[in-house]
Amino acid sequence: MTSTPESPSSEMSETTSASSGDSGVRVVEAEHLLSLCGISKDFGPVQALRDVDLDVPVGQVTALIGDNGAGKTVLIKTISGIYPPSSGHIFWKGREIHPHTPRDSAELGIATVYQDLALCDNLDIVQNMYLGREETRFGQLDEIKMELATKELLKDLAVSTVKSVRQLVASLSGGQRQAIAVARAVMRDSELVIMDEPTAALGVSQTAQVLELVRQLASRGIAVILISHNLNDVFSVADRIAVLHLGYLVSQGPVSNYDRSSAVEMLTTGASSRVHPTPPLAG
Amino acid sequence: MSIPIEDQSAHRPDERPATSAATFLNQVKRMWQGESGLGPILFGLLALIIYFEVRSSVFLSAGNITNLFIQSTIFILLGMAEIWVLLMGDIDLSVGFSAGIGGAVAVILTSTQHNWPFWIALPLGLVACTLVSAVWGVMVIRLRLPSFIVTLAGQIGLAGVLLYLINSQGNSGGSLPVQEKVLYYLVWGNLTPVATWIVIMVSVVLLSWTILRSDQRRRTAGLDEKPLWLAFAKVGLLVVAGVLLALIFNTNRSTFTTLNGMPFAIPIDLGVLAGGTYILTKTRAGRYIYAIGGNVEAARRAGINVNRYRLLAFTLSGFTTGIAGLLYVSRLNGISTGIEGGTYVLYAVAAAVIGGTSLFGGRGKMIHAVIGGLVVATIGNGMALINVSASGLYIVTALVLLAAVTVDSVARRGNSTNR
Ligand SMILES: Nc1ncnc2c1ncn2[C@@H]1O[C@H](COP(=O)(O)OP(=O)(O)OP(=O)(O)O)[C@@H](O)[C@H]1O
Ligand SMILES: [Mg+2]
Repeated sequence: MTSTPESPSSEMSETTSASSGDSGVRVVEAEHLLSLCGISKDFGPVQALRDVDLDVPVGQVTALIGDNGAGKTVLIKTISGIYPPSSGHIFWKGREIHPHTPRDSAELGIATVYQDLALCDNLDIVQNMYLGREETRFGQLDEIKMELATKELLKDLAVSTVKSVRQLVASLSGGQRQAIAVARAVMRDSELVIMDEPTAALGVSQTAQVLELVRQLASRGIAVILISHNLNDVFSVADRIAVLHLGYLVSQGPVSNYDRSSAVEMLTTGASSRVHPTPPLAG
Repeated sequence: MSIPIEDQSAHRPDERPATSAATFLNQVKRMWQGESGLGPILFGLLALIIYFEVRSSVFLSAGNITNLFIQSTIFILLGMAEIWVLLMGDIDLSVGFSAGIGGAVAVILTSTQHNWPFWIALPLGLVACTLVSAVWGVMVIRLRLPSFIVTLAGQIGLAGVLLYLINSQGNSGGSLPVQEKVLYYLVWGNLTPVATWIVIMVSVVLLSWTILRSDQRRRTAGLDEKPLWLAFAKVGLLVVAGVLLALIFNTNRSTFTTLNGMPFAIPIDLGVLAGGTYILTKTRAGRYIYAIGGNVEAARRAGINVNRYRLLAFTLSGFTTGIAGLLYVSRLNGISTGIEGGTYVLYAVAAAVIGGTSLFGGRGKMIHAVIGGLVVATIGNGMALINVSASGLYIVTALVLLAAVTVDSVARRGNSTNR
């Protein structure tokens, strides 16, 4: 930790004061569920994130876009407590937090669908859905309760291609696995759901379902961070866009500030000739 | 929550009504492949038994069967100890000598020289083994060393410690006798025939009750994909097996005096089996051990304190090793510097793998060590009866191990459900 605690707190007060009259180029939303201030992450010589500021408002879908290796996954893993940041501050509902483990972030109400899905192949669907927060009855696992709830949830999510919820995850198709990973994140009543390329392996109708689900989460007041390489998806569900380029957060703002070509330009070059919502910071 | 988008494929009924004959065949197939995954190996065990019975008429005598159970105890218990770590993808090469140390502690403390009461000495033997495994666990977890190397070093080191312990007892001549009755009776004591019936029937009733109750709970919850006859078939098998075992154990095994009843070693085995199975299947700890073995990163991201549960599994492995050690010294009526700790480890791993436990973590059950241990002991026992040399014994054991892994991997290819 190199930066002083004053800078983020003043940033926070600025945020709240600015919230009353939201005019100006950088639109500051009324409520930021999550705010990142000056987050950097080094892996030895590799600087994966450099001084990232990101605001995630309640009830909105924030799309995080960027080329391969831009640092999207590292950024969300920082939020989820997998990689503690090398420097910078994370604020949750205005209070600074230090998530050191995935459990810390889960307890705050952050659920994450990881790019590699993080499922246990040797466990069945129910066991994966409840992994880490099993229902118990007199100290014993309550398999029946978990199985019923899983069936119910999968039915609600229209994931009906799986034959049995007692099927091992190893036997599922890529899309089914992704559906299970998404369902697992949705199952807990979270306030922030982070999805790292949740539609990458999905067919057309399943993609539509996941995007619809994302919209539903947002309409219920849940904040969503969605990472996607598919700009069609991004422009169809996102309320806000944040662009990462080589570890820098080069731009963020309402989706109306962007169009497809400016977004493409920004994620490939790190700057746009047409839109400058926030200038990129120098390292 | 529901999603308005209609996916046509989503509402296709994926389970067509099947004829009852097809359901039956399907069930039989499932029992063979999945379920307990024990189909092939039980078949193999049966084949071995038939072969030895044909070659030697004493093989299936009550005396020899009881003997077989006693011989298998060490493989079963060390196999179960090994399964705790195998499930996480680790291995413990030191359990043989660790068991020796646990046994030696009990033998030494209860010797006439020290004269500690058995109820302190025996638990201290267990504590010794538990601590040993906990130390390996800490080294593997904290220092991130491979368990193979840590416990290989451990095996060598413990062999030295055991030698020191035995030789430290004055003029022992390399071996110490068991001088405490309770320790001796762990293996050589027998329940009375009446107690044998009671213990077996109580176990059968408890197990049947568990099976039927969980079946009934699933049924009332509307989760009845398995036919009712399956649960009753299991209970029927249990009752038959229980009655058979009781009759075998209660047959007089001696020509000079009366020697009958179930050896104490067997309820001890069953108790360890029940305890381990309970932890693995009914508790969070068990679930997390499987998860860690399946995908440690997924377990971590699910918020599981991976280190804690890995250490727990090592500790449980050590505790089980301790029980094996006590029964080992009891059966040999002492502990000697000639203990083949290294060989026992290999048989323990073989028992677990023959039973169906994976060496790569994430898959295995306590019952695997029981079946595998019985197979290993059956080969040894049967080959001795038909006068096959030691060289033949080793080669056949090796072949059975290979056959078991092969059958296992082939049979499991079609297996996809967990229940
Ligand atoms: N554990 C790690 N150790 C070292 N370097 C890492 C580690 N994780 C990520 N990096 C590096 O950080 C950079 C950003 O990686 P990240 O996975 O966040 O990319 P991404 O934006 O998610 O890309 P993609 O779209 O391909 O998923 C890459 O250069 C990567 O090599
Ligand atoms: Mg990524």
